[in-house]
Amino acid sequence: MKPKIAVVDYEAGNLKSITKALLKLGADAKITKNAREIEAADAVVLPGVGSYARMRGMKGIEAAVKKAAQEKPFLGICLGMQLLFEESEESKEKGFGLMKGKLEKLKGKVKIPHMGWNNLKIVDRKNPLLKGISEEDYFYFVHSYAVLKSREEIARCEYGNGFVAAVARGKMFGVQFHPEKSGEKGLRILQNFLDMIE
Amino acid sequence: MLAKRIIPCLDCDLSVPEGRVVKGKQFKEIKYAGVPWELAEKYYLDGADEIVFLDITASSDARETMVNVIEKTCEKVFVPITVGGGIRSVADARKVFNAGADKVAVNTAALLNPKLIDELAEHFGSQAVVVAIDAKKEANGKGGYECYTHGGRKPTGIDAIEWAKECAKRGAGEILLTSIDRDGTNIGYELELTRKVVEVTNIPVIASGGAGNTEHIAEAFTKGKADAALLAGMLHFNKLKIKEIKDDLRKKGIAIRE
Repeated sequence: MKPKIAVVDYEAGNLKSITKALLKLGADAKITKNAREIEAADAVVLPGVGSYARMRGMKGIEAAVKKAAQEKPFLGICLGMQLLFEESEESKEKGFGLMKGKLEKLKGKVKIPHMGWNNLKIVDRKNPLLKGISEEDYFYFVHSYAVLKSREEIARCEYGNGFVAAVARGKMFGVQFHPEKSGEKGLRILQNFLDMIE
Repeated sequence: MLAKRIIPCLDCDLSVPEGRVVKGKQFKEIKYAGVPWELAEKYYLDGADEIVFLDITASSDARETMVNVIEKTCEKVFVPITVGGGIRSVADARKVFNAGADKVAVNTAALLNPKLIDELAEHFGSQAVVVAIDAKKEANGKGGYECYTHGGRKPTGIDAIEWAKECAKRGAGEILLTSIDRDGTNIGYELELTRKVVEVTNIPVIASGGAGNTEHIAEAFTKGKADAALLAGMLHFNKLKIKEIKDDLRKKGIAIRE
């Protein structure tokens, strides 16, 4: 059986690319804004671009998404990763608060938004999400805010003063970059995620 | 370290059913280069860091064909996709974003109505808004550059450097800077123009027009200070492969994604 993946639609940007990437890897991915479909999925992917203000699009499904993040394989991408944290300098809306920390504007003498291909500084080499990934590999980033430090960080990116590029706690994962836009290495990360679904 | 980007540009004539990629010289003398999504996939597999589609048909019928091109491309291409040509409103932009594009590029419409840049940035975020500038060296010998609209046909009297500044201020996330004089010539990018625009803006600048060999691309990054280089004719007619170009640039010590 193909794993059923719910790609959560909360009106926060392009969902097509991530869905098509998951389909290409053989998963049964479906875009949804329905709490029951999120509950029924084998794994949940939370994409998104923008700020915490997008939480407003989460009405009616927030509880289901938060529950999924704690109970089944879960991957937050870009804003989807940021929402795992508590709060943001940019908006009054609150995140899920599942990880400790807040979003801050990127610092240092660099162009903002941080847009383009950058490499990772891997903190947890053994993490299954990063299997087959090295510090030579590049990933596509587009963001102005980030979590600067986290207990759950498994990879960092040295842009400006540096920030958290990927987090993990059990099967709850988040990546600041866009694996669905990061070529074959990005697809490898998505495959690693799919491999964790039982 | 942030890598310099190599971006193939596919100028699309969408007046035929599936659309076709074409390439001209100094915006004229058009030659046929292939089917849009097939070329896009080929370049993706070969190491392209992004793909740019520019609709040169400029008719409203072309819009549906472009949506089809983007949807087909997204099935197999997993790098960012920028779409330009004929985007005049937030509604036009939404159509291409819904099809799977990551950024839109605006040119003529932004020069005619600069507020469009603010509106697009507000709706979709600066990261999704590219302003394309087609510039030509002024004939008066004073060393200035003038913006042209309508595919390089109409002079505007607007200074390209000043316009680039304004675009950045209004919320553009990136500038795609084409030298009309160099387009399709293979004699190298207009480095002075590129460097000037980079120096007055704080957003990424893509150099375009004139690449003929790897040295030209390296110069765009080092002397021109560009963040990315746009390539068209040099790739379409198989002069060089992206992989070869990238290997060569890496040997020259430039940060490039494998």
